[in-house]
Amino acid sequence: MVDITPADAVPPAEVAEMELYHPHSWWTKYVFSQDAKVIAIQYSATATAIGLVALVLSWLMRLQLGFPGTFDFITPEAYYQFITMHGMIMVIYLLTALFLGGFGNYLIPLMVGARDMVFPYVNMLSYWIYLLAVLVLVSSFFAPGGPTGAGWTLYPPQAIMTGTPGGQDWGIMLMLISLILFIIGFTMGGLNYVVTVLQGRTRGMTLMRLPLTVWGIFTATVMALLAFPALFVACVMMLFDRALGTSFFMPAIVEMGEQLQHGGGSPILFQHLFWFFGHPEVYIVALPAFGIVSDLISTHARKNIFGYRMMVWAIVGIGALSFVVWAHHMYVSGMHPYFGFFFATTTLIIAVPTAIKVYNWVLTLWRGDIHLTIPMLFALAFIVTFVNGGLTGLFLGNVVVDVPLSDTMFVVAHFHMVMGVAPILVIFGAIYHWYPKVTGRMLNEAMGQFHFWVTFLGAYLIFFPMHYIGLMGVPRRYNELTDMTVMTESAQHLNSFISIMALMVGFAQMVFLFNLIWSIRHGREAGGNPWRATTLEWQTPQTPPAHGNFGKELPIVYRWAYDYSVPGAKEDFIPQNMPGSFGSSRGPA
Amino acid sequence: MSVILVFLLVIVGFAGWWLSHQRLMAKPWLEQGLIGDIIGPEGSTLPTAKIGLGVFLAVVGCLFALFTSAYFMRMALSDWQALPLPRVLWFNTGVLVLSSVALQCAAVAARRGQIDTVRLGLVTAGLTALAFLIGQLVAWRELTADGYLLTANPANSFFYLITGMHGLHILGGLVGLSRTTAGAWDGARPERLRLSVELCAMYWHFLLFVWLAIFALLAGWAATFIEICRQLLT
Repeated sequence: MVDITPADAVPPAEVAEMELYHPHSWWTKYVFSQDAKVIAIQYSATATAIGLVALVLSWLMRLQLGFPGTFDFITPEAYYQFITMHGMIMVIYLLTALFLGGFGNYLIPLMVGARDMVFPYVNMLSYWIYLLAVLVLVSSFFAPGGPTGAGWTLYPPQAIMTGTPGGQDWGIMLMLISLILFIIGFTMGGLNYVVTVLQGRTRGMTLMRLPLTVWGIFTATVMALLAFPALFVACVMMLFDRALGTSFFMPAIVEMGEQLQHGGGSPILFQHLFWFFGHPEVYIVALPAFGIVSDLISTHARKNIFGYRMMVWAIVGIGALSFVVWAHHMYVSGMHPYFGFFFATTTLIIAVPTAIKVYNWVLTLWRGDIHLTIPMLFALAFIVTFVNGGLTGLFLGNVVVDVPLSDTMFVVAHFHMVMGVAPILVIFGAIYHWYPKVTGRMLNEAMGQFHFWVTFLGAYLIFFPMHYIGLMGVPRRYNELTDMTVMTESAQHLNSFISIMALMVGFAQMVFLFNLIWSIRHGREAGGNPWRATTLEWQTPQTPPAHGNFGKELPIVYRWAYDYSVPGAKEDFIPQNMPGSFGSSRGPA
Repeated sequence: MSVILVFLLVIVGFAGWWLSHQRLMAKPWLEQGLIGDIIGPEGSTLPTAKIGLGVFLAVVGCLFALFTSAYFMRMALSDWQALPLPRVLWFNTGVLVLSSVALQCAAVAARRGQIDTVRLGLVTAGLTALAFLIGQLVAWRELTADGYLLTANPANSFFYLITGMHGLHILGGLVGLSRTTAGAWDGARPERLRLSVELCAMYWHFLLFVWLAIFALLAGWAATFIEICRQLLT
């Protein structure tokens, strides 16, 4: 049933060939490389390294909470420092950098059929500034007074005062400088991701033929470019308050019996700026995950994604809506009740496009030829975890429910489920999925199974009990809970249990890291397209893709990214760059 | 936060207009073959660098809109005392307008291939932009001499912060401009020179626009304007 359309007679690509920079030495090829694939690996490795630091910090926190009084070196100050650095690293230096800098760099040029990013030099600078930001952040561990302990939200006035670790030492300064650097570096990378999607697409790759991964990363990058300036403004103004003595955020304060020189500033102003960045940040992390998981599910269920158009619209819609919900993080800041009502409404509305996406994933699975590969397991785990975390979000989005819960472990459990565990599961799934393309070898299956089950079940054993003790009233941000009336013996047992689970899940990540390194040498040979996928990155002439990605001629795209199990086609997948029209149930080309 | 929301509304409007031209209603699962035949190469026919600069300027605009938002929110608190603007700012504004005009002339000349006019325009633009920066420093010095120090009042803090931020952006633009100018003498390819002159002009016009908005903000006219808008709405 194959009738070749005149599409075959198309002349070669009319897209202007970009002038590629060809490296001449080992240094420009592997270190100061302008190749997006190398930059992607640099981003990923750096993000993973700093993420390991955050993982260890979470162990230390859990040890203190689970077994209070056992570890002398975890003082209250140290505990706050661990909390702050864990949160900041995970949200910004790991998740944002890995999704956009790592996956964005690797996948965008390959998936849209470009030779490289449109501004490779700026792209390279982006990574090195990111690395600098990470180094400044790490240096605060060794600075006098240690890193800042202000909490990852860095609320003034406490963030820059004496009582807070690092407040009057170097900690907060280094944190703010590091964030400013990160934002500058990210803006450079972000320009590349956006403009490459706009301008770098190969012939035939219309916007509506883009894989959803690209749609997710693209929209998230646009959001990040508009949201990060808010953090930038907040950081610069706080830096002025701390270093030069201005009063943007600092009200009149008496500290240790002494009147500070600040006066009249508004801490709420900082909260507005911070959350104007902070809430879109949740979706900056979530949208790439949405996109990637759509592709994983479609590929491993051998079925086209259900409702592609609606998926695209939902991504764009969520991106736009996420800019008008920020104040739901500030219900307890004493704002006007009508203001809270407005933000509760917008918060609940955002559940609509999100639910559409969840339904579409489930309907894609419906009667699909589901292969329970490791990427698929992680994708399925993501769906349940995201729904779980999203449901508690509906609780917390309502002012009357949020006010009593907002200072409890319930909130910690909620946001870890929805923006910690869920995106991380997608990252794992994506690594198992694309590792064969990056290295040419498969990751070890047995270690993968172990990693998946321990991580998935372990994460639930950590965070389900945490919801429960949160509802009992156990507060967050306290390093020692033993004297509290809410902390009954059984609650303390649960707390210890959570800590042990956290250690075990952490151990599983070590197995994963070992797998990553071991498989480079010893993994099974993957071939060019082990998952029999349709998107362009699997159709490169070499695996791993060489400099310039596609050999002599750029691919021409003839179809969307989801032609799986097309009736009448020879194989159960049709690559995007294969000409001709297949199947009787479809319209003419 | 109303200023930044209005700014985002403009961005959303633009994005919506652009998306509406991208066949978002297409049914890609029914379309096989090359749609490219109908709409030509994917992406815009504008030079990629221009689109890149456009996206960057949107980010810069966002940054200044956020500073403006913060300005208005802080202004509403009781300790705010507006500071008198130095007269030299009027002169600076004139110089920056001149700089923008010179670059526009250079861009027009580059399109016509008159290399001498291009060089003249580039150098004039560079010198006037430098003069603007010096003028801004003079304004800072006048203010500090009159006792309007950075920490004395939030109005002062914002004045130094926002003008400083704008000055840094001009400084960054000067780096690009000097590279373009060097290219105009080293005999860069005409089409390449034309593109970089146009990019400089675009950046300069935008920063001029930002400066005019900041000037209105710092002089207090923006607040009056918003007050009028608010009264019209209520």
